[in-house]
Parts: sequence; structure tokens; C-alpha cells
Amino acid sequence: MIQINNLHKSYKIGSNSLHVLKGIDLKIDEGELVAIMGSSGSGKSTLLNILGMLDIADDGKYLLDNVLIQDLTETTAANYRNRFLGFVFQSFNLINYKNALENVALPLYYQGLGRKIRQQKALEYLEKVGLKDWATHLPSELSGGQKQRVAIARAMASQPKVLLADEPTGALDSNTSNEVMGLIQKINEEGKTILVVTHEIEIAHMCKRIVTLKDGVIVEDKKTNQTLIDTNV
Amino acid sequence: MFSRDRWQEIFETIRKNKLRTILSGFTVALGIFIFIVLFGFGNGLKNSFEEFFLDDATNTLWLYPGVTSKAYRGFKDNRRIEFDNSDLIDIQENFAFFLERITPRINRREVLGYKNKSNSYYTRAVTPAHQYIEKTVIMKGRFINQKDLEEKNKNIVIGRLVEQDLFKNENPIGKYVEIKESAFKVVGVFQDKSGDREERLVYLPYTTRQLLEKTNDKIDQIIVSFKPELGYVGALAFERQLRDFFKNKKVIDPSDKSGLYIRNTAEMVKQNQQFAATLQIIVAIVGFGTLIAGIIGISNIMVFVVKERTKELGVRKALGATPISVVGMILHESIFITTISGIFGLLIGVFVLSRLGDQLEQYFILNPYVDTLTAFIATFSLIFFGAVAGYIPAKRAASIKPIVALRDE
Repeated sequence: MIQINNLHKSYKIGSNSLHVLKGIDLKIDEGELVAIMGSSGSGKSTLLNILGMLDIADDGKYLLDNVLIQDLTETTAANYRNRFLGFVFQSFNLINYKNALENVALPLYYQGLGRKIRQQKALEYLEKVGLKDWATHLPSELSGGQKQRVAIARAMASQPKVLLADEPTGALDSNTSNEVMGLIQKINEEGKTILVVTHEIEIAHMCKRIVTLKDGVIVEDKKTNQTLIDTNV
Repeated sequence: MFSRDRWQEIFETIRKNKLRTILSGFTVALGIFIFIVLFGFGNGLKNSFEEFFLDDATNTLWLYPGVTSKAYRGFKDNRRIEFDNSDLIDIQENFAFFLERITPRINRREVLGYKNKSNSYYTRAVTPAHQYIEKTVIMKGRFINQKDLEEKNKNIVIGRLVEQDLFKNENPIGKYVEIKESAFKVVGVFQDKSGDREERLVYLPYTTRQLLEKTNDKIDQIIVSFKPELGYVGALAFERQLRDFFKNKKVIDPSDKSGLYIRNTAEMVKQNQQFAATLQIIVAIVGFGTLIAGIIGISNIMVFVVKERTKELGVRKALGATPISVVGMILHESIFITTISGIFGLLIGVFVLSRLGDQLEQYFILNPYVDTLTAFIATFSLIFFGAVAGYIPAKRAASIKPIVALRDE
């Protein structure tokens, strides 16, 4: 599903150049649930941003579902993001003046679907994350866990090939973290490829594979004994 | 671009961001409102100015006899100069090149009586030309005509307020009023915008007046109008030649300034027109300044709006919004709000101006108005510059990488 070769990325900070990714090779198959671990500054978020086409690599090859991702214009990047990728952020990034349903329906709007279908699909995904009854609530009326579940529903609504989660539990307490990870596991069970960036070892162990980054290179890549969360959400 | 979905998205955004909507809408509406009202007031000021100063004919010379201050060719000083009918004929014969119309004026105060009512009014004995020189507007009947003049008819033309005083609701045309125990027929009623005093006047043929005064041929003043095509320079030449002619005819020392007075409206008109032009420039500057202030206001708000939405735009981009759709959305929204509120402000402004009407006449603001073209140009330039001001930050926001826009803390 995802294949990257020799990926490099550096940032200019003043006159210095900070080499963040120093040649990453990674292959992720369909249906995998991969944790990308590392301390802060290890380059894990940069990697995720490049995978998410939110940022552009300096060098290297990136294939997403056998499509070579390079020389993207803003517009094609936007279209690829819309069709291939779903994002879950640490700080949820829900649009605060739109209710849960409208937030979930937003990527569908950018897919050019009609209003009725958008509403119907959005409601369907809200139901999947167990928040059908909260459809008309604004993000400010939801708890952190609920917000993240809405964000997951939103990421899923466009039926992306890959779900990218950047510290999805970073702003949540451990109970809600488990809840959210349980949901991610459930989505993964249904066959979706998911990448989770985290620095928490417990969260990483809830995934099937852990890729550890340190100073811009992969230092470890191993399968885990996945801790399954028993959820009934 | 203008799909129903886009509109729905925009209405939703507008509805759910009331403060933002009201703020930007209010700025535009207020800007246009103030522009309309100030510009209207400026026009009102110009109107009253024109009413005051540009009412009478602008190509006239007024000749007043004075009292000499110097002895000259055997005449002692302190001699009263008088005009008579021969002066009228002399002007007509000698100044045909310059002359358009001529009328004498003999001013007297008379008591007019009708039935049991009577009142004292100023009367002016004139020729038919006087109507053009004073721009007298006839409401009923007619002005003094040539026949009245030749037959020395006892016909009078009365002001609107004289009619009101003496006749109430009766039609005065053809009725007889009593002046000094003889009956004068009312042949016309006139109005004059210059004010109440003008509308309490009574006109009669100067020949009739001279007949009443034992067939003398004395005249109080002479008013001549010159051909407008002569222009300012021609008017000055006419004035100089008239002055020379009469100083010679009436035997006045050429250096004596008090024997004869000539008031030349051409000079006044020139000054007045300069003043009116200055007024126009001031009005334009006030309008332009207001508009600039409005544009700056809406620009500030647009920058603020886009800044406030940076994160939201980042989210939208992460979810698949293209840069064009982001810019389009912001512009669409801002143009919609500014158009609606601009037109709203325009209507309120025009409404206020029309309601004020002549209520501010005492502050020299008469019939304030804004012409449609100016109003629409102002409104649309505000909308346009609002859009431009929104476009620049929107473009920038749209080109920010979503990752930057989404960066926390």
C-alpha cells in the first residue's frame, strides 16, 4: 500500500539546515496497523506529514497504492488527500462552528457529493463510532474522546486507503485513549491500513507493528504481540 | 463555482459566525451610509448656495444713481443724479452690441386694498424684460406685457404671498384691487424662490407709475442684461463703457466714485462659481475620504477574518479542499456579505436623506441628495476593495501548507 525509498527531508532554520529524515525505507502492506514511535525530534511527525502529502520530501520515492507521489501541485495534493487519506490529529481539528454531522460530512463535500448523500453517509460513520445521538452537537459540547471519535468518523467518511493518526491519544486520558485505540483497532480489523504516530509504548503495543525512529533513521522495525482492547463502543 | 452546495456552505458559515458576519457587514453598511449622508449633505450645501446666489439672471448690470462728491464743470458737489426715460433710450441706441434686455425700476411702497382687507407692499414699476432678469416664475395669469406698457394700463402682477394675504382662497386674476383710490386689475401671480420678501412684491408697468406721478419721466434704477456670449471680459467692457457714457451725460467727474454705481453680476457670478467649485471639491474630498476609511475598515476585517480562519482552512485543506476552493469560498462569502450590507447601507442612507428633505434648511442644507451613479460607484468600489482586501490574505492562507496551519500551540 505504501512504499517509500530513501526519503530525505531537511528544514532550514535560519542559516542552518536541520536534517530530519536521513533516508527512510519503509513498506507497509494493506491492512496493516503500524505504530511509528520515537522521541520528539526523531522525525516521526515529519514522516507522517510527508506520507499525508501535507509536506513534501526533498529526496526519495513515495508510492501510495502504486501511484507515484511527486511534483504535486497544491490542487492535485488536495485531490489525493481527499481520495486516498484520512487524518486524525492530536488536537482533533474539528471545525468549531460545525456540528458533529457537518464535520464528518465535510470531506464528502470536497469529493463533490450531493447534500443528501453526504448527510446519510456522515450519519452512517457517526453511528460506527457510536455517536449517532450526538450528530447535532457542536464540538464544544463533546468530551475529548467524543471529539476524537468524530474526527475518526470524519477521516473514515471519505473512504480513504490509508488512515494517518498523529498522536491520536495525545490529548486524552488513559481510559479514553483505550477507547479511541479500540476504535482504531476495530477499523483496522475491517481491513483499513492505519499508521499511528505515538511516543507512548502502551499505545504502540496496541498496533500490529512498531517502527521506531531515532535521529531521522529507522532503528527498529518489529511485529508486536498486539494488545487488543475490548470495547463495546 | 456558484453551485447550490457552495451557497449552502456559505450560508451555513455566515449563520454560524454571526459576530464575524455582523462585524464585516456593519463596517460596509456604515461606510456606505456615512458616505451617502455626508455626500448628500455636501450636495445640499451646494444646493442652498446655488439657491442663494445663482437664482437671478447672471448676466446683468445694475445702474444706481448716486450723489456727486466732487464739483465738476460748473456743477457743485453733493448733487443728486437722477435717471429718466431718455437714459433707457440712450442705452438701447448706443449699446445695441452688448444689450440683451433692459428695464427700469421705480420702487414705491403702496397700500393695496381688496374688499375689507388692506396691506402695505413694495411695488416695482418695470418693463416685461424684468421677468427674465429676476427669473420671475408666473403661477397664474401673465406678467406685465408690452401692451400694458404702451397703453399705461392699470394692471398689476402680485406675489404669491400678496395673493395669500388679500385673496385667501379666491382666484385673484381679473379682480380689482385699490391703490391710492384707483382700481388696478390683477393680471398675474408669481412666485420667487429667493424668499418671502420677494413674494410680497407687486409689479406694474413703469409707464403707469410715471402717469400716476403726474407724467414725470424719472427712474430709480436701470437694470440691463448683456448677451451671455460676451462672457466675463465683454461684461467688464460693457460696464466700463456704460460708466463712461453716463459720467459724461450726467456731467460727473470721471474720478468721482459716488455719482454713479454699477453693480456687475458677472463679477459676482465668477466669484460664486469659484466658491461653488470649491464646495464641490470639498464635498468630493469628504466623500472620497469616507470611502477610503470604509475600504480600510473592511480590509482590516477581512485580514482579521482570514487570520482567524487559518486553522479552519488548514483542516479543510487536509480534508481535500483545493487552494482555489479555499480562496473562492472566502471571496464568495465576503462579496456576498459586503454586497448585501452595502446595498442595505445605501438604502438606509438614501432613506435618511429623503426623510431629512428640507428639515435642515436652517443649517444651509437644502434638498440633500446623492445621484444614483455616485451611490452605486461608491457601493461597488467598497465591495470590490473588500474583495481585493480579502483576496490577498485568502490567497496566502490557501497557499500555507496545511501542516503549518494545523500546527498546535
